[in-house]
Amino acid sequence: MIAIVDYKAGNLTSVQLACRALGCEAVVTSDPQQILAAERVIFPGVGAAGAAMQHLTSMNLVNVLRDVANKGTPFLGICLGTQILLEFSEEDGGTPTLGILPGRVPRFQPTDRRDKVPQIGWNQVHQIRKHPLLEGIEDDSEFYFVHSYYPAPATPDLTIGTTDYAGITFSCMLGRANIAATQFHPEKSGRIGLKLLNNFLHWNPSR
Amino acid sequence: MLTKRIIPCLDVIKRRVTKGVKFQNNIDLGDPVEMAVRYSDGGCDELVVYDITASAEGRPIDIEMVREVAAAIRIPFAVGGGISCLEDMSRVLLAGAEKVSVNSLAIKNPQIISEGSKAFGAQCVVLGMDPVAHPGDPRFPSGYEVTARGFRVRTGMDAVEWAKRAVDLGAGEIVVNSVDADGTRAGFELTITRLIAEAVNVPVVASGGGGTPDHIRDAFVIGGADAAIIAGMIHTGDYTLRQIKDALHADHVPVRMHW
Repeated sequence: MIAIVDYKAGNLTSVQLACRALGCEAVVTSDPQQILAAERVIFPGVGAAGAAMQHLTSMNLVNVLRDVANKGTPFLGICLGTQILLEFSEEDGGTPTLGILPGRVPRFQPTDRRDKVPQIGWNQVHQIRKHPLLEGIEDDSEFYFVHSYYPAPATPDLTIGTTDYAGITFSCMLGRANIAATQFHPEKSGRIGLKLLNNFLHWNPSR
Repeated sequence: MLTKRIIPCLDVIKRRVTKGVKFQNNIDLGDPVEMAVRYSDGGCDELVVYDITASAEGRPIDIEMVREVAAAIRIPFAVGGGISCLEDMSRVLLAGAEKVSVNSLAIKNPQIISEGSKAFGAQCVVLGMDPVAHPGDPRFPSGYEVTARGFRVRTGMDAVEWAKRAVDLGAGEIVVNSVDADGTRAGFELTITRLIAEAVNVPVVASGGGGTPDHIRDAFVIGGADAAIIAGMIHTGDYTLRQIKDALHADHVPVRMHW
């Protein structure tokens, strides 16, 4: 069973629909037992980090997510889900987050007024290293982004892909072992995004 | 580099995509789900679906259609028309749309922008606005007034002031649909597009008047828009999305070339 973690952080319909398009019926759930038992876990999310952490805490999902990540379950973070995997977000006056991956989440500080925040649209993903989720996807392919904050992992070895925006190059895809996380939305990134999602659904990471 | 978005617009009446000029003389263009798939496969970057008679008919948006579009395509799309409250916004987003576009509703009740933004995130709330030019009229410092309800009602609000206020309230994107240019295919209204693009720090979408790839290029380069909504020029088959993107690419406009 594939679990899509529901923690009241935005709309999970498109993630579920994308899985369905790949022939996989994923379950949208907030049930700790179901999430712990899942073969694979997708941790999406749209919205603000502060409210998201409050929901995760009140729904008793903080330790569940840590356990799932630690026990080797293939785990995919998307957008806000990815940001929350890190240790600290600047959003909402500063929000301590899950700390499953080392690093923080700053806000874009564009110096050129033409760089709007949020970044909305399709941007290139530069592949920094090979990763099973990028199998069959050309370097510099475009994916769909919607975000005002970005992942800044503490160690460079976590970065899988980077993107250029608002005068910086940031880590748009990161992970280690069984954890992969994207700032972009594979479920909204057309055929190429589906390819990445399909790679995740067939991924057998070594622990 | 972030690419400029090309967004086909599907104006829907009774489950059929239609095209008219200034909301008049509408002709039938086809099924919205089929057209969404065709444009998505053809390389558009996003779609917008307006249920254009829902508000006038006092009925909610065709939510089943939103569901079918969401199931059929894997790119983001916005939905507008027939949104009258927060609950309507929620239904549209849960049906699988990425964004909700509010226009007349936001004029009547600006708080819907902040409520929607708080509930779903600013990126889900698009303010659509229909400015009309009033050169030299001291009531409108930008030279443009906002109209409502399919251009028929004047609001007395300055277009740039309204855009700024909407962003302060939490709008994540502004669609500038020129009343004067709409349906003409003679080019986007670059002046008001640029005024708004320079006045706000969220993405601005040019709408109304796109007839050729050069018009789209001008909306980006001169108008400062981050995206462009097009309709007639592709609905008629005069241009394919591939032709439009090839032309923009040749003009050094960053666009998504592989899909």
